[in-house]
Amino acid sequence: MIFVTVGVQLPFDRLVGAVDTWAGTRDRSDVVAQIGASKYVPKHIRCQATMTPTEFKRCVTEATAVVAHAGMGSIITALELGKPILIMPRRAALGEHRNDHQMSTARLMAEQNIVTVAQDEDELVDYLDRIETLGRSAGISSHAGSQLVGRISAFIAEVDRRR
Amino acid sequence: MANRQKRPRLLAVASGGGHWIQLLRIAPAFGDCDCAFVCTLDAGDQVGGHRFYRVPDANRWNKLAVIRMSLTVLGIMVRERPAIVISTGAAPGCIALLFGRLIGAKTIWLDSFANVDTLSMSGRLAGRFADLWLTQWKHLAKPDGPHYEGSVI
Repeated sequence: MIFVTVGVQLPFDRLVGAVDTWAGTRDRSDVVAQIGASKYVPKHIRCQATMTPTEFKRCVTEATAVVAHAGMGSIITALELGKPILIMPRRAALGEHRNDHQMSTARLMAEQNIVTVAQDEDELVDYLDRIETLGRSAGISSHAGSQLVGRISAFIAEVDRRR
Repeated sequence: MANRQKRPRLLAVASGGGHWIQLLRIAPAFGDCDCAFVCTLDAGDQVGGHRFYRVPDANRWNKLAVIRMSLTVLGIMVRERPAIVISTGAAPGCIALLFGRLIGAKTIWLDSFANVDTLSMSGRLAGRFADLWLTQWKHLAKPDGPHYEGSVI
């Protein structure tokens, strides 16, 4: 199963539409999508607007690959579960987000080779055709690194001491 | 339990999606605090038996939604009376830090990993109410904050 997710806040018709058209032309019936506020009505993929965080995690767990916007929830969940992830960043110029931070996230993550990035719908379709061969992410542990956890827990300990 | 009274109360707040997932990744830092979690999505089954509250989502373009969300956060704050408030964003977390400050809690803001080029609007605003104000990107850190202390990844 391929799991597609674009978050819950904003529509991303360009991604949903491209994957739906691809699924139709390639006769793929194993695509499941969480499309949030998207206006596009998919014809070839099973979709729902939102899901609970637990349902979301189950879909990523069951997927062989994840296709997503460059949102942290999608990327981190795929990395935690060691799933290959193909992302297409939202573009502010097309009204898909307030600014281009998804472009920056995508670029930085691609530099570290932990995600595959499609810059537009054509690239997305190219990658979708070989999605089964995309590199499986090495996976990350289920919690933040020791520097960050240590700093926050030291702050909490200090607050506790001074109470 | 007398011991329970002595554990500091911590309120952890995040919007659904990436903010929430980043909050869960720093949860090991909460140690043996008496924790309560707040999210805009129904994530109560992900907090390992801790108290959970859901708040309506809001962004700065919908004033009515901001008021509704703020009142819900205020209600939770009065009920929980936390010693520590922590958030990874976005708007509900920023409001929680403000109210937390007003009731005398110590506050922590961890700006989202997604904010690579600049801090989010709520992240900049939260800097005014945060006792510990963190960014996850070294190049965004400044001497007076936000500070860089590693990232969730």
